[in-house]
Amino acid sequence: MALTLMKGSEAIAEAAIRAGARFFFGYPITPQTEIPEYMSARMPEVGGCFLQAESEVAAINMVYGAAGTGARVITSSSSPGVSLKQEGISYCAGAQLPCVILNVMRGGPGLGNIQASQGDYFQGVKGGGNGDYHLLTYAPSSVQEAIDIMMFAFDKAEKYRMPVLFLADGIIAQMMEPVEMPEMVDYKVDPEKKPWACTGWKPGDDPEKRGVINSIYIDTESLTVHNARLQKVYAEARANEQMWECYKTDDAEIVVTAFGTVARIVKTVVDQMRADGYKVGLFRPISVWPFPYDALKETCCAPQVKGILDVEVNEGQMLEDVKLAILGEKPIHFFGHLGSQFPTTAEIRDKILEMKEGK
Amino acid sequence: MSVVFERTKLLTDKQFHYCPGCNHGIIHRLVAEAIDELVQEGKLEAGNVMGVAPVGCSVFAYDYFNCDMYEAAHGRAPAVATGAKRARPGTLVFTYQGDGDLASIGTAEIVHAAHRGEKIVTIFVNNAIYGMTGGQMAPTTLVGQKTTTSPYGRDEAWCGAPIKMSEMLSEVPGAYYIERCAVNTNANILKTKKAIKKAFQYQLEGKGFCMIEVLSTCPTNWGLSPVEAMKWLEENMIPYYPLGVKKDKGAE
Repeated sequence: MALTLMKGSEAIAEAAIRAGARFFFGYPITPQTEIPEYMSARMPEVGGCFLQAESEVAAINMVYGAAGTGARVITSSSSPGVSLKQEGISYCAGAQLPCVILNVMRGGPGLGNIQASQGDYFQGVKGGGNGDYHLLTYAPSSVQEAIDIMMFAFDKAEKYRMPVLFLADGIIAQMMEPVEMPEMVDYKVDPEKKPWACTGWKPGDDPEKRGVINSIYIDTESLTVHNARLQKVYAEARANEQMWECYKTDDAEIVVTAFGTVARIVKTVVDQMRADGYKVGLFRPISVWPFPYDALKETCCAPQVKGILDVEVNEGQMLEDVKLAILGEKPIHFFGHLGSQFPTTAEIRDKILEMKEGK
Repeated sequence: MSVVFERTKLLTDKQFHYCPGCNHGIIHRLVAEAIDELVQEGKLEAGNVMGVAPVGCSVFAYDYFNCDMYEAAHGRAPAVATGAKRARPGTLVFTYQGDGDLASIGTAEIVHAAHRGEKIVTIFVNNAIYGMTGGQMAPTTLVGQKTTTSPYGRDEAWCGAPIKMSEMLSEVPGAYYIERCAVNTNANILKTKKAIKKAFQYQLEGKGFCMIEVLSTCPTNWGLSPVEAMKWLEENMIPYYPLGVKKDKGAE
C-alpha cells in the first residue's frame, strides 16, 4: 500500500471515519481545529454527521446521545476544552457508553498556551470527572501509531463498553508524516450486539431490553452493584489491554521512560548515545491507562539497570506511575519542561550523562 | 364489550415517586397519551420514540416513560437529544425538563437546540422552584417568592426578575412552535395535551424546534396544600407567565 503524506489531525480524523465513526460533535480549539474542519468536509461524503456544537459541554453530551443509539461517535478537543467535557465523560463512563474522545494536549493550566504539551496526563488517567471510573487511554507517538490505534479503538470501546481517550500532544496533530491509511471498515449498528442501546424498543417487547442510557443508581446497594460491575470491566482491561514499547532496553544501564512525542526524541538520544557506547534504552507506555506497571518494572528493575530517567513535557505526571511501578527499587530521575517547550536531544543526553556521573 | 379506556402504553407500571399534588404525574400522562395516539393513528411507528430525562424531580422519568430513554446530565438534555435525533432521524425525540434544568444550568443547550432548529420537542415544566434539592430559588421564582435560598423573598434588584423562557425562545429563528400551558383545570389539561400532540406532529413533519412550557405546582416546597397550590399558580404564576401560543410557524 502506498504511503501518503498527511497532517496528523487529518490522518486521525480519516482513520476514525475508516474505523466506522459516522458522528462527530466538536467545537473549535487550537491546536486541533483541523479535526473538526476535516470532519465537516468528509462526513457528508460518507453519509455521516458533522455537527459544530455550541460548546465542548454540549458536544460531549451530543456524543452521549448518539452513542446511546449504538452508533460509532467521536469528539475531539484540546486541553481547556477537554476540561469542559469532563462532566459528560464521567456520564459516558457511568452509563457505559462506547465512544472515542481525542485530547490534542496544549499547555496549561487554565488557558495556558496553544503549543504542544503533555500536561493532561493526570486528567486523562487519574480521573478528570467525578467518580470511580477509567478510560482506555492511549498516547500515540507517531501519526501512524495514532491511525493504527484508531482502527481498534472503537472495537475496544465496544468490547468493554467504556470511552477511549487519545492523549496526543499537539505535535502529533500538527506534524505531517507519511502514513499508510487502512481500508474502510463496514460498520453497522447491530442491536443484537448492543442490546443496551436505544434501537427501537416498543411496548410489549422484553422490558429488560428497553434502552435506558443512565448513570444514576439512587440507593447504596444498586450503586455498589453498578460500580462493582465497572471495576470488573476495568480489571479485565488492565489484564488484557496494556501496550508498551521497549527500545534497546535488553542490556540498558539507563532506561528512559517517556510517552508520546517525547519518546521519539528519546529514541534519537538512545541511538546517538549507543553509537558512542552508552547502554541506554527507552520504555514507552502506549496505553497510559491501563498503565503497564509490570512490564515497566521488569524492564527498569533488571539487574544491570543503574537508573531511570523519566522525561515529560510537564512537571512529572507520568513520573508518579513510574514510581509506583518501581517502588523504590532503582533511583529515578526526572527531566521536564513546563511551558510547552519540548526537550532537545542534547538536553536529554546531558541529563543522562549527569546521572552516569552520579550527580 | 369494547375497551373505552385503558392504561397508556407509553407509561410503565412503575409507581411515580412524585409528591402528592405534584403536576408531573398529569404531564407525564399527557406526553404518553399524545405519543400513544400518534402510534394508534399510524403516524408514528411503535418503538420509534426516544425520551431524555433531566436532573431534577423528574430525574427518574426514564423509569416511567415506556420507550427508549436517556437520563442526561443537569441541563444537557437538549444536547443529548440532538445526538440521539441526529443518529436516528426517523425517531420521535423529546426532552422533559424542569425550570432549574432548562432555565438555569441548561440555558446554552436549550437556546442552541432551538437555534439549530433541532427536530425535537421539549416539555418544559415550570414550577418556579427547585424541587428535588428541597425548594431553592429558580430563575423562574417570582419576585417576592420565598424559597430556602431567598428566605426574604426574591429581590429583583439583587437577583433579577424571573426569566420567561417561552418568550425568549420564540425570538430564536430556529424555533418553530412555542406554547405555554398549564394543568390547573380540566380545560387547561386538554389544551396542554393538544399542544403537546401538535408539537410532536410538527416534529414528525420535519419542522423545527418545538417547546411546550407547562406551568406546574410544587405543593411540598411552596408549603401549600395541593388545592392551595393550584390557586397560587392561577393567582401568581399565570399573570406573570401568560398562557398561550408564543410562536407557531405552522399557523403563520
